Amino acid sequence: MVEQQEIASSPREGAQGVGGSAIAVALKLLSAGPLLILAILIALVSLTTPVFLKPGNISNILAQTSVIAIVALGQHLVILTRGIDLSVGANLALATVIGGLLYKVTDSSFVVIAAMLATGIVVGFVNGAVYVFGRLPHPFIITLATLSICRGIAYSISENHTTMRGMPDAVVAIGGGDILGIPNPFIVVVICAALVLVMAKFMVWGRWIYAVGGAPQAAVEMGIPVKWVLVSTYVLAGLSCGIGAVVLAGRTEATSPLFGNLLELDTIAAVIIGGASFLGGRGHIGHALIGAVMIGVIRNALNLNNVDAFFQMVAIGLVIVVAVEADVLRNYLESRARTLQAGKG
Amino acid sequence: MSQSETTPVLSVRNAEKRFGAVQALRNVSLDAHRGEVLALLGDNGAGKSTLVKCIIGVHALDEGEIVLDGVSTTIHSPAAARRAGIETVYQDLALFDNLTPAQNFYCGRELAFPQWLPRGLRFLRKGAMDREAAAIIDRLKVKLPRFDAPVALMSGGQRQAIAVARATVFARKIVILDEPTAALGLRESRKVLDLIKQLRAEGNAVILITHNMEHVVELADRAVVLRQGRKVGELKPDRANRQELVSLIVGAEV
Repeated sequence: MVEQQEIASSPREGAQGVGGSAIAVALKLLSAGPLLILAILIALVSLTTPVFLKPGNISNILAQTSVIAIVALGQHLVILTRGIDLSVGANLALATVIGGLLYKVTDSSFVVIAAMLATGIVVGFVNGAVYVFGRLPHPFIITLATLSICRGIAYSISENHTTMRGMPDAVVAIGGGDILGIPNPFIVVVICAALVLVMAKFMVWGRWIYAVGGAPQAAVEMGIPVKWVLVSTYVLAGLSCGIGAVVLAGRTEATSPLFGNLLELDTIAAVIIGGASFLGGRGHIGHALIGAVMIGVIRNALNLNNVDAFFQMVAIGLVIVVAVEADVLRNYLESRARTLQAGKG
Repeated sequence: MSQSETTPVLSVRNAEKRFGAVQALRNVSLDAHRGEVLALLGDNGAGKSTLVKCIIGVHALDEGEIVLDGVSTTIHSPAAARRAGIETVYQDLALFDNLTPAQNFYCGRELAFPQWLPRGLRFLRKGAMDREAAAIIDRLKVKLPRFDAPVALMSGGQRQAIAVARATVFARKIVILDEPTAALGLRESRKVLDLIKQLRAEGNAVILITHNMEHVVELADRAVVLRQGRKVGELKPDRANRQELVSLIVGAEV
């Protein structure tokens, strides 16, 4: 009797279970996609280019990718709320130049670092505040404006409108040193990622970021301080530019209005390639990092194979197209999955 | 007890609202009492939504006042309305598709610690929120396929149930439901109607906006009819006066 009951109830339950778990597995695969692609990419590059896996090259990639990764973390927060920050590269350049000018008058690493971080934060705050309180329809406009303004200021205030040499010891150590063979910039990335992870996953603020990105109107209706949540993401994106400025100025022992050229493109690409959604509210911190490493690996592989820099731009562009299409496809498949499940319920 | 029976939990008095040349509300007054379902009826554009938006602080009244528990109150935002004990189930449900049911329940009023930090910087008490949300879902007998999946992956009825359940839990005075069954099938509607009865039984004043006269007759203790921004009638709906209600709504003679 008991057996019969089980049999009687099993077809429906079973169908739902299998269908449901198949859908769940498919969704899991979709979200794990970027990591799989990165693994395949690394495998392919290591097979075709043996130099790739040499420790020297690996630490090279880590150092080169670190600035993109740090700023991509900030960009990711902005994109999670359906925004975009086009000013990150110019912001970073301005931050280094202000640090460089201060280095002319003081040897204090503390002052130089604080100035770089403060510059990033101020520009970020301006972005967020004008976007939110100026009631702009989209952050595209204001961050495009600050891109131009910051780059312009960076050029006009830097000595001879170009690169300035020298950075205090601590800055050089952060950007160029290593601990037990691990490049310091990589350690900075890990610390930043850990902090962002804690904030995004375990704090109320993080929940609000996802809520605002997922349904902005509902977020207002549910009493979330949407305006301040938005401003905070731009401030943090700005701070990430300040940190990136310290790392880059340290590694190159120089500051320059030329720094961070097209960094906005690299960071947006990193976030999207990594698998976060442009539509907001979806994606985790790992996505930005995976995307940054993927860009780093592609660049490095092309370099090792003597592909010229111009074609590298083409390659990154193509990868972005593929990644955005993957995002569209993922959303389509997800809504299909929803319809399927609803049909069963 | 007699106090709560005599003093309406919500009174709207002589409400006036105009948008440019359009007079959306003209001298509308109504009372809502605890343990009572008040149906708010009217054709499209009659002023139902405007009235609700004025009550929950989306719009400010040009004239008139909102009285909560006998105290004249000005509510400036939906968040303030929630704090005052007014829950709203919006027509679009105001759910976060990317969040799970439990996350949806607590969005905007997360359980978190420590208390001395500003709200946004507190740490989420995920376990507590998951447990309590599960208990609520269980108590309301809402069936969900999965508790840890985003609500985007759930059916219309399940989503509606989540939105109503969320209001049920947090409502302390008034629950406003804007066409809660409009997009639902028969079985799912039934579920939502049961939830509304439960809300009433728990002592809330329920304001129900709907076009479904069956539901009005079944559920509503009173019905207020709006037409072109005016209150044109108020009566206790039953089978007998159903036709009268309809003609009040459309403005035709019986």
